[in-house]
Amino acid sequence: MIWLTWRQFRAQAVVAAGALALLAIALAVTGPQLAHLYDTTVATCQAQHNCSIAISAFQGQDNFLQDLTRLVMLAGPVLIGMFWGAPLIAHEVEAGTHRLAWTQSVTRMRWLAVKLGLAGLASMAAAGLLSLMVTWWSSPLDRIGAGWMAPSLFSDRGIVPVGYAAFAFALGVTAGLLIHHTVPAMAVTLAVFAAVETVFALRVRFHLMPAVRLESALNMHWVTETGSGGPGGPGSFFVGITPNLPGAWISTSEVTTAAGSTNLGAVPQRCGANYTYNACAAVIARMHLRQVLVYQPASRFWTFQWYETAIYLALAVVLAGFCVWWVRRRLS
Amino acid sequence: MGGVTAVLKAQGLGKRYRSRWALSDCTLDIPAGQVVGLVGPNGAGKTTLLHLAIGLLQPTTGQIEVLGGRPPADPAQLARVGFVAQNAPTYSGLTVAEHLRLGAHLNPGWDAVMARDRIERLGLDPGQRAGKLSGGQRPQLALTLAIAKKPELLILDEPVASLDPLARRDFLQGLMEAVVDQGISVVLSSHLVADLERVCDYLIVLVGSRVQVAGQVEHLLSTHHLLTGPRRDPARLPEDQHVISASHTDRQTTLTVRTEHPIHDPAWTVSKIDLEDLVLAYMSRPADAGRRPALEVQR
Repeated sequence: MIWLTWRQFRAQAVVAAGALALLAIALAVTGPQLAHLYDTTVATCQAQHNCSIAISAFQGQDNFLQDLTRLVMLAGPVLIGMFWGAPLIAHEVEAGTHRLAWTQSVTRMRWLAVKLGLAGLASMAAAGLLSLMVTWWSSPLDRIGAGWMAPSLFSDRGIVPVGYAAFAFALGVTAGLLIHHTVPAMAVTLAVFAAVETVFALRVRFHLMPAVRLESALNMHWVTETGSGGPGGPGSFFVGITPNLPGAWISTSEVTTAAGSTNLGAVPQRCGANYTYNACAAVIARMHLRQVLVYQPASRFWTFQWYETAIYLALAVVLAGFCVWWVRRRLS
Repeated sequence: MGGVTAVLKAQGLGKRYRSRWALSDCTLDIPAGQVVGLVGPNGAGKTTLLHLAIGLLQPTTGQIEVLGGRPPADPAQLARVGFVAQNAPTYSGLTVAEHLRLGAHLNPGWDAVMARDRIERLGLDPGQRAGKLSGGQRPQLALTLAIAKKPELLILDEPVASLDPLARRDFLQGLMEAVVDQGISVVLSSHLVADLERVCDYLIVLVGSRVQVAGQVEHLLSTHHLLTGPRRDPARLPEDQHVISASHTDRQTTLTVRTEHPIHDPAWTVSKIDLEDLVLAYMSRPADAGRRPALEVQR
């Protein structure tokens, strides 16, 4: 059964391995250069007092590969689901060959177990390898970015891609099993996976652990912006803050009055166009404003990674269990 | 289990898909060592019965025993039954040789020499992909896989339906050679009696999800008669004569009758019936006639 599964899976495996190898070569060639550039420019910019220039120059390096890694991390798992998962059973049912396989001296449960096991492990291994390569290559760039907790990077780094790949694969197999046709099953896999990943990232991930809520007197060092058009209405006072919480994923950052209202009232005269920032700051200091921050600190990155990976793996196991039940009871 | 005499035994066997019964109240007892033809129109339930026998399907009601075991089952039971599904599916991307390798990997009783010989005799190129084989060669490859696993029973679902007359003859010939060489029992289905007539010892007629008649071909032919005579009501025949089909003109009545006894009524012209007419008589019976299951016509 292992031979047959490998023989059927060979073509897809070779294509994926080829693509991975090409990417690995490109990253292996450029990675050390990127790291060297970081060490010689960004790491030493403090001494030269030119950090903003050094950083923006460094961020412009290898733009094509930066975009490519982002695309590959986004598309990799769902491609695995579409091209490895969906055809796994649908292709056999389409051609009727499952009846050939099931009437050799091997039970259909063994047939399914070997197929799911082999291709499923390959899916997870491919995604793991991909993530490892990309995480290594991007590490100098990530050190000066928004941090790994940021929604834009969280799903592209660490171990979550393994969970995504397992889930996408199981989803593809299930869709193929229920729809019986490879191409529609691929489309359904794409749509469902994109929906699940989006909803999870936007609605679920932040709540995996209770967020940190920081409520305190306004830290004047964090104030980066003042003006009109605050939450109180078009003419209301607006105070914008940029908290110094490196790598944190901040969901709420508000400035309120001492009573807790977000409506800060009319814009004080000294914060108008004809006054200096220092004059305005002195007024703000007398208003006894408060700040409310809700965030997930950067230190929770790996905890979040493990939680999210475990959830996606659990979803994959549930889908695989459904496939087993369906093949045992419903497919003929 | 050396004493198994029934190759397939069914008791009140039925299979329902949602609200539709694909097979109902099927009771059979087929002795071993036969070539059994399963004939009936499309949609009669032939594939359902065969899938129940190989264990691809589970019965809704009743029981089925194949070679004394319950399908589907364990690998040991699977190894005893060879199966070629409808349209003889093969892996189009795999070569002929790879199909043999597949068979060797998946069947402990695999006879590699016989498989290779058969492929050679058929003139199949081992390096050819199954998807590129002709319509006549593909079923032969599927049959080779089924035979080389050394089964005691071979089940073939419409094996010749898509073949041209020449390929049909070759296929059946190859099948009969294997049957004689290995002494295996065979169940094969078709919607055409002509295909089965030359090879079958035993016939099952399945119409409208019910078994209409089942028995040894010789016995069927000797107990069914074609009666022609002046027009009369078929209901007034003797008790032991079962009317299978009746047709009337203004003056004449033609009946297909089953009886164990000789027909003495001089009003009838009694003639022999051939297998095709016999099957057609059962197929053209009104649907509810089958509800009174025809008595087993055995011995």
